[in-house]
Amino acid sequence: VRVALFITCFNDTLFPETGISTVRLLERLGVEVDFPAEQTCCGQMHFNTGYQREAVPLVRRFVEIFSPYEAVVAPSGSCVSMVRELYPLAAELAGDGSLATRIEELGPRVYELSEFLVKKLGIENVGAYYPHRVTYHPTCHSLRMLEVGDAPLRLLRAVRGIDLVELPENEECCGFGGTFAVKNADTSAAMLSDKIRHVMDTEAEVCTAGDNSCLMHIGGGLSRGRAGVRTVHLAEILASGDDARGMEERG
Amino acid sequence: MTTTAGPPDAFSTGKTPTFEQSAKRSLADTQLRRNLGKATRTIRAKRAIAVEEMPDWEELREAGRALKERVMRHLDEYLLTLEESVTRAGGTVHWARDAGEANRIIAGIARGHGASEVVKVKSIATDETKLNEHLQREGIEAFETDLAELIIQLAGETSSHILVPAIHKNRAEIRELFMRRLGAEDLSDEPEALTNAARLYLREKFLNAEVGVSGANFAVAETGTVCVVESEGNGRMCTTLPDVLVTLMGIEKVIPSWRDFEVFMQLLPRSSTAERMNPYTSFWTGVSGEAGDGPREFHLVLLDNGRTDVLADEIGRQALNCIRCSACLNVCPVYERTGGHAYNSVYPGPIGAILTPQLVGIGDSGSDSLPYASSLCGACYKVCPVKINIPEVLVHLRGRVVRRKQDRGNLRERLDPENLAMRAAARVFSDRERFEKAQRLARIGQWPLVRGGAIHNLPGRLAGWTEVRELKPLPDRTFREWWKLNRGEG
Repeated sequence: VRVALFITCFNDTLFPETGISTVRLLERLGVEVDFPAEQTCCGQMHFNTGYQREAVPLVRRFVEIFSPYEAVVAPSGSCVSMVRELYPLAAELAGDGSLATRIEELGPRVYELSEFLVKKLGIENVGAYYPHRVTYHPTCHSLRMLEVGDAPLRLLRAVRGIDLVELPENEECCGFGGTFAVKNADTSAAMLSDKIRHVMDTEAEVCTAGDNSCLMHIGGGLSRGRAGVRTVHLAEILASGDDARGMEERG
Repeated sequence: MTTTAGPPDAFSTGKTPTFEQSAKRSLADTQLRRNLGKATRTIRAKRAIAVEEMPDWEELREAGRALKERVMRHLDEYLLTLEESVTRAGGTVHWARDAGEANRIIAGIARGHGASEVVKVKSIATDETKLNEHLQREGIEAFETDLAELIIQLAGETSSHILVPAIHKNRAEIRELFMRRLGAEDLSDEPEALTNAARLYLREKFLNAEVGVSGANFAVAETGTVCVVESEGNGRMCTTLPDVLVTLMGIEKVIPSWRDFEVFMQLLPRSSTAERMNPYTSFWTGVSGEAGDGPREFHLVLLDNGRTDVLADEIGRQALNCIRCSACLNVCPVYERTGGHAYNSVYPGPIGAILTPQLVGIGDSGSDSLPYASSLCGACYKVCPVKINIPEVLVHLRGRVVRRKQDRGNLRERLDPENLAMRAAARVFSDRERFEKAQRLARIGQWPLVRGGAIHNLPGRLAGWTEVRELKPLPDRTFREWWKLNRGEG
């Protein structure tokens, strides 16, 4: 299998380790990974904040760059849901029928990492080793827009050495919501407090999820409170193990 | 007792605060947070059970959506058929373009009968038109007979929930209010005792009132039958005891045929109160005969008040499909923490956030803030019994808000830092080299903010983030730099 990695601008800039882990993990499973370097941003921030005219050129760019690939994989439920669920609306608002057709063709080939592994490749045990107490937060877009279901949990349960604990009220939003966290910072903070309380209740040392945006939000609150709990992207847990580095790499 | 006008909202004249401003106040109210958290958690869990036991729930939702969509597509025809049917059954139909017109029609009917008091069934449409205040100015007292509506009327407040207007109050607060306003002595805070105090007070009103005022959950075009769904029996009293009944109904509430109740009477109770069957469902068709229960005179006032404008927006119009179950409020993490008053509208919560700005029109700073009162978590869409894609409409309305500012806004709106920053960012993202350069510049530019491996304070509008969260600084290399080094040029 050959896939294009859709790293997302957020991971590219802020969380390179997640991208590196995704590459190592996929390669370890025999997947050939290509990184189309022309990619920048899918346009989600613009689109969801109301800057839809500004988002449309980014939508076109994305479709142009990724259409040649058989499958596209991203370590982000949120950005994948933008492509799969909101790109059709973007084409509708732009009044562009041919863009709509291309989106219809590309959309189903764009996968969030956990659903690519479990639903497309049929793999649950990726051979990872992670001896830590971990709790999993299902991010809203993975859960309700992409409906990845228990794919991430199946992958986590198969990790050797892991002590996986259930997060109470896990289906509730952490309060990130993109620019919501800035525009409605007080409400967002109130939601975050409850999420953090639930994370603390699990006595986990690691909180994981399929989206670094939500993890940056939860992690930012945990670290401000000196909680002693860290946030780690699902890809990094799945890529870890005794022989995690795999191929010869420089830095 | 007098009807106290509540604070101004999106439907009254004058400027309303933004959601952010109002939310700040309610978030600080710990009693409110406790009351709301408890109430929404309980009702959420009960609804989940009531829905779980229905094997064809998804088919029902789809049927509800399809029915409502058909109504909106042929609204003009259904309304004319409804008018014909109601008239045939002895009722009178009035058309009201806006709130003022609706209020004048209703006050005129009450005055024509020399009424100085009217009894009311819970009706959000009359809250939208501010009917009680209008009647008061005309010397007519409106008495709310729904328990929760009575509570907030006595307290001089406004509703904070579509179904449970007094959800923000707990039993102890209600007991104190009844002792103060109804002169009830030795009252306990047991629900039975509180209801009994209200019943004693209301029974007298029911028996004396000549005019009843109601809203409508549904009206059947083919038969002219109007339907009110309630849980206390007060609605039945108001629609059967007074000689004259006036119903104010938004034009979107019409349904094609009697058979359609099969779908809605399953969807609505389970979604709103988690009941298998609704306790009091009243249907009436025109006027009653000499012997029967019910009004001798019936008026149906059809209210537009912005609804045809909503209908003109092909994405936004699904907001009109709402059957007012309030399931979206009960699952909304934003509503649960801010409560309904933060929305400054008779329609709070996720549905209010898409309905209010469309009804009053884009361009008011207060209601323009409502589509942003959501993290787009999607919980509302999952529970909506008629499958209104609330997140999609929220995003669409944000677009309308931004485009109005960009195209027709004043100078301040066009020079808004957010607008400028978003446009600049879009330019950066539109080109790979510009994007890579911006990544490098940001890494260099962040140094004044980084202290001990974290960013503790962000400037300007971003400061809200660092009030309760730290920010991770940009790492030494981007992913694409690593890729280039380790996997060659992509």
